[in-house]
Amino acid sequence: MPHELSILVVDDNRIRASIIEDGLREAGHVNVVVITEVNEVAARIGEIAPDVVIIDLENPNRDMLEHFFALSRALQRPIAMFVDKSDIGSMEAAVDAGVSAYVVDGLRKERIKPILDMAISRFRAFSRLRDELAAAKSELEDRKTIEKAKGILMKTRGLSEDEAYTLLRRTAMNQNRRVVEIAQSLITAAGLLEP
Amino acid sequence: MGLTHISVGYVPLLDSAVLIAAQEMGFAETEGLALSLTRETSWANIRDRVAIGHFDVAHMLAPMPLSVNLGLAPLDVPMVAPMALGLGGNAVTVSEALWSAMKEHGVPEGVDAAAAGAALKRVIERRTATGQPPLRFGVVHPESGHNYELRYWLAASGIDPVREVEIVIVPPPFLPDALGAGRIDGYCVGEPFNSVAVARGGGRIVTTKSAIWRSSPEKVLGTRAQWAERYPEQLSALIRAVTRAARWCGDPANHDMLAGILAREDRLGIGAPVLTRALSGRLDLGGGETFLVPEFFIPFERAANFPWISHALWFYAQMVRWGQVTHSAENVARVTATYRPDIYRAALAGQGVPVPAANAKVEGALTEPTPLGAMTGTLILGPDGFFDGTQFDPDAIDNYIAAQASGVAA
Repeated sequence: MPHELSILVVDDNRIRASIIEDGLREAGHVNVVVITEVNEVAARIGEIAPDVVIIDLENPNRDMLEHFFALSRALQRPIAMFVDKSDIGSMEAAVDAGVSAYVVDGLRKERIKPILDMAISRFRAFSRLRDELAAAKSELEDRKTIEKAKGILMKTRGLSEDEAYTLLRRTAMNQNRRVVEIAQSLITAAGLLEP
Repeated sequence: MGLTHISVGYVPLLDSAVLIAAQEMGFAETEGLALSLTRETSWANIRDRVAIGHFDVAHMLAPMPLSVNLGLAPLDVPMVAPMALGLGGNAVTVSEALWSAMKEHGVPEGVDAAAAGAALKRVIERRTATGQPPLRFGVVHPESGHNYELRYWLAASGIDPVREVEIVIVPPPFLPDALGAGRIDGYCVGEPFNSVAVARGGGRIVTTKSAIWRSSPEKVLGTRAQWAERYPEQLSALIRAVTRAARWCGDPANHDMLAGILAREDRLGIGAPVLTRALSGRLDLGGGETFLVPEFFIPFERAANFPWISHALWFYAQMVRWGQVTHSAENVARVTATYRPDIYRAALAGQGVPVPAANAKVEGALTEPTPLGAMTGTLILGPDGFFDGTQFDPDAIDNYIAAQASGVAA
């Protein structure tokens, strides 16, 4: 029975970090440490002695972390490999998902692969969630903008709500633009014309 | 006619200017290229995204393609550097507290590397005598010009960079904050992050890369060896576009416009007046007055874009000196094959841009500007000396490495 892997997750996004942590625990890993404040890494890396480090790529401190790993290699803790030096495919999937991983030299690939795969899929799921949230938020904003433009048309031209919307839509189609863009232009113009 | 797309990664530093200007000022388009520029947050991301093909080429620390080919990076994808992106552009900034201490030990106003080093040595001696902790300096990457020139300056000033100070890695935009918060006492970084600390207050520029090693290389255009082989015509066109952009960036008449482009939120996101300081060499060292540092940053003149093999070998000698790699004939061959002056020369043949005929030079041999035989026209090179007066002869690299190891000036 191989020893329990010690896994360090470095991510300043707490929500994403906890999603990864949950995934690791579900997969039966009990030695998982999450650090969200990167200045802590220097002080704690010796005590944690990770076999695997998972870090998000938006983190500008990757260069600093790689330096720690290089230093700890000098101290006979040979961390610092990107899965497998020749494994460009895994690396590509990881970078695409926005995550990178470092593992202790010599760990068998079959022990590491599931961990990285899980991190990749959870990073992707997180990005998807974030995109969906952003899309939902922008949809809501768009709807508010259109409502406001309709209100202006109803007030200034005495149109019904349906007529106001039809006018906006027809104008958008004629100009090959989105309804929300026409609505925004109308709101801006109305603002300029206000006394 | 459609343009050929090339994806380019960069880190938001002043010397990314030549790549940004190549796109923004139409030099790329003239060559039939459209550059999609992506700003990156770490050098590790630049390296990895070039390796897996997200970027065709990138703004890279000059030693980075060497460190990848020497096996120091966590991946095996051979890289080449077919051109350099400028000379100089870095400085050493210290905290107000350290500056006061250096002043007590007689450091004059200015950027003289020897004077600043001598004062720093006396500060460190006193700190040691009174039992204070070692000073801590930040650099941006272990395999960077910053790390090597800082260590060279310290060592040549009689300070042991391994035992007498602590050197830590901090990303460039975080350095002024780290200095302000007292987590470090000084740092070596590319502009604008020295002038940013000065502008905010709390930082003092004490010397510059151009004072430590005049006309010294800083960034290169890095790419996968495989990409360079597969798309030689795109690479040549890119080299021509970036060379013309570099000439444009070097013309003082364009500095205001360039600073305006770089200041944009999606580029460097730093105010144009702060960027102009380094472009013009008119630095505020921290005293509120303008101090002219000639040759502070040279984007084009003095063959600034030529990837000298002697530059690659000097970086390699520093990697050996500080224990990052072991010296071997095989490693020298790898380093020599990474910088590709042949590609640069071929790309610019017949373009009216003077290009050196030699691939290497003795660094530190030129004490004044010297006209040199070039493939086209006349080229002025140098001065290119190290501040301690030593020379680096790439043909005598074994001796240089041995002399550095024994602590004797080479």
